[in-house]
Amino acid sequence: MLQIIIIILGVSFILYTLLGGADFGAGIVETFAGKKGEKIVSKAIAPVWEANHVWLILAIVILFTGFPLVYSTISVALHIPLMVILIGIVLRGSSFTFRHYDVANDKSHAYYTIFFKASSFITPIFLGITLGAMMLGDISLENTGSFYQQYIRPWYNLFCLTMGFFSASLFGYIAAVFLIGEAGYLIEQKRYIRISKIFLFLTISMGVLVFVVAELQQHHLFNEFFQSGISLVSFGLVVLLTPVVYYLFSHPNTVYLRAAISVQVTLIMLGWFAIQFPILVYERNGNHLTFYNTQAPTATLHQLLLALFVGLLLVIPAFYFLFKVFKDNKGQNVNH
Amino acid sequence: MDELLAARLQMAISLGWHIVFACIGMTMPILMAYSEWKWLRTKEQVYIDLAKAWSKGVAIFFAVGAVSGTVLSFELGLLFPVFMEHAGPIFGMPFSWEGTAFFVEAIALGVFLYGWDRLNKWVHWLSGVVVGVSGVLSGIFVVSANAWMNSPSGFTWENGKASNIDPVAAMFNDAWFTQALHMTLAAFVATAFAVAGVHAFLLLKNKQNEFHKTAVRIALAFGAVAAFLQPISGDISAKDIAERQPAKLAALEALYHTSQPADLVIGGIPNDQEERVDYAIHVPGFLSFLAHGDFDAEVIGLDQFPKDERPPVLITHIAFQIMVGIGFLLAFAGFLYLVFSARWKHMLSKTWWLWFIACLTPLGFIAVEAGWTVTEVGRQPWIIHGIMKTKDAVSPMPGLQYSLYMISVVYLLLTLIIIGLMRRQIATIETYYPSARNKTE
Repeated sequence: MLQIIIIILGVSFILYTLLGGADFGAGIVETFAGKKGEKIVSKAIAPVWEANHVWLILAIVILFTGFPLVYSTISVALHIPLMVILIGIVLRGSSFTFRHYDVANDKSHAYYTIFFKASSFITPIFLGITLGAMMLGDISLENTGSFYQQYIRPWYNLFCLTMGFFSASLFGYIAAVFLIGEAGYLIEQKRYIRISKIFLFLTISMGVLVFVVAELQQHHLFNEFFQSGISLVSFGLVVLLTPVVYYLFSHPNTVYLRAAISVQVTLIMLGWFAIQFPILVYERNGNHLTFYNTQAPTATLHQLLLALFVGLLLVIPAFYFLFKVFKDNKGQNVNH
Repeated sequence: MDELLAARLQMAISLGWHIVFACIGMTMPILMAYSEWKWLRTKEQVYIDLAKAWSKGVAIFFAVGAVSGTVLSFELGLLFPVFMEHAGPIFGMPFSWEGTAFFVEAIALGVFLYGWDRLNKWVHWLSGVVVGVSGVLSGIFVVSANAWMNSPSGFTWENGKASNIDPVAAMFNDAWFTQALHMTLAAFVATAFAVAGVHAFLLLKNKQNEFHKTAVRIALAFGAVAAFLQPISGDISAKDIAERQPAKLAALEALYHTSQPADLVIGGIPNDQEERVDYAIHVPGFLSFLAHGDFDAEVIGLDQFPKDERPPVLITHIAFQIMVGIGFLLAFAGFLYLVFSARWKHMLSKTWWLWFIACLTPLGFIAVEAGWTVTEVGRQPWIIHGIMKTKDAVSPMPGLQYSLYMISVVYLLLTLIIIGLMRRQIATIETYYPSARNKTE
């Protein structure tokens, strides 16, 4: 039972990275996408972004119901970055909607766009920072240190910042590749292919940097990585898929491209899960929080699983319908 | 600023802000689906115009509601981590169901808003119905979680820890039904009267306008029925609170001394020092009747509770007066409309009536805010009634007031933008919708 809940938590996390990440990334990519960028981005994400966003809410609900100590610990220790994420989510969602629905095309439009782009960029950085802080092991709830030691240092460091930029570039990469299939004209597609290549390069560089900085901060990510078979295999496959993606850039096919990148992202997440498992939060004192030592009583997990099961039974077909209605009628082959 | 006060204020602002969008998200899809259904049946242009015009407003409100709801799911932990650590496994269940309902709502809304030209008309209509139903359900689930804080059940509390957790019993606690009923009706009253009010105001400029007239008619019909039922639901709630949370009842009635019989105190200013209510109207024995159905029954006063377990009387009492006062005014308006509109065809052409409805626009939402103040402040000092105090649940992080300032500024800014946005939407109605230009009658 616990295993299934963990799997669902992992899946909703992956889906949020892919779908929510594409929405955030669209805001990042828009900066580089020229005059038509806004129109393409709006058209692509308007019908789906709210639904995509619910994967995050699902993950949060699973955390506070099933693993309450994890939720309360990060809520206290990472209050500041989480607050920034919240403000980012609010500003991004609001400014996107305002921009999409406001009738006049005046100065306010430009302000919405600034807020939309800025929050699309800042929120993923702080999402990455939060995850980095959960991995790094400087979180402590023993109220012994100064404000800086307790509430700032755990996330305000080079490793977490690198994780933040890695997340932002990964989201940008996902979005750029997804948008290739949304751009109607060949010239626009070429532009997105170019952006995809840049963000692929950025993502790889940031990924390497994460490992380098981890070593510098005495966080031996590299060792852990090589001790886990799943991580190694996942990483190997991600590397092998990269030339495939590159090939698809020159022979673009929406379905293959999207499938390839989805597999890539899923593998990155899987590799990361494998390093982390079963730990969710590394603490300064070594009493790490795991799925096992924070799990809620059986009766709760039982009901949670039931709710999740019925929920997914309803949500997955509904999601399929949503995407079928809005994403299916584009040309399969973008070369036309 | 006191850390506890900062945390409570931030929660109050976030929830008080979100609740407006949540109410609109619960009610408007039903109004839209009703209007679209009328169009499917009659093919009259005005109904499809209305459904489309409303859907643009709903898109904005729903998006802001979705993101401000996300804020709440984090803030519970950011502000009251101790509460969530213990309560999460017990009352998490309604939240997991709410997640599902909200998921379905968000997906169906995407289909509804962007599927006008892509779907079979009845499938499109059905997606609107799904939005409405799942919206109401998600509201009910969230209220059920709040009801658990008022009426904790489904666990045993020993040495500051919960055991024998039964999430089903927690979800279906004693308060869930009365609270869910009251909140759902409140959402319909507030939203429907606000919609009717705005359209009535626009109708005053041009009384022949079919678009606004139809809008007022549809909104008032929903609002009137809900407003008429709300006092009944309120009575059920009062009797329920009298039994479960006598301190809350005593605070909202400003009943300092246990009395038999107890007077109903209308208005007035509670004076905590002297333990009396100044300038109030007293209705002899009526509180006994409202609380227990008997004019001679004893009603427990605040004197039965130690000073540190009494809710703040002033805020709770005044908020309650506002809620009940508005509730009765709207019920009266609904009653007038239901009685007279049937026999008096030109009711919506009468200037005085349109002014009256226009003036009611914000009142329903003020009542909703007041009602939440009653239920939340009236539960203090407890965060889980009788189990955990709010001051013991607050985050240990110093400087919580900076979060409060930040969220206040952001929400204030967004409120101003949304008001401006709505004004611009309204200004373009005539450009976009043929029936809004139609002046024949």
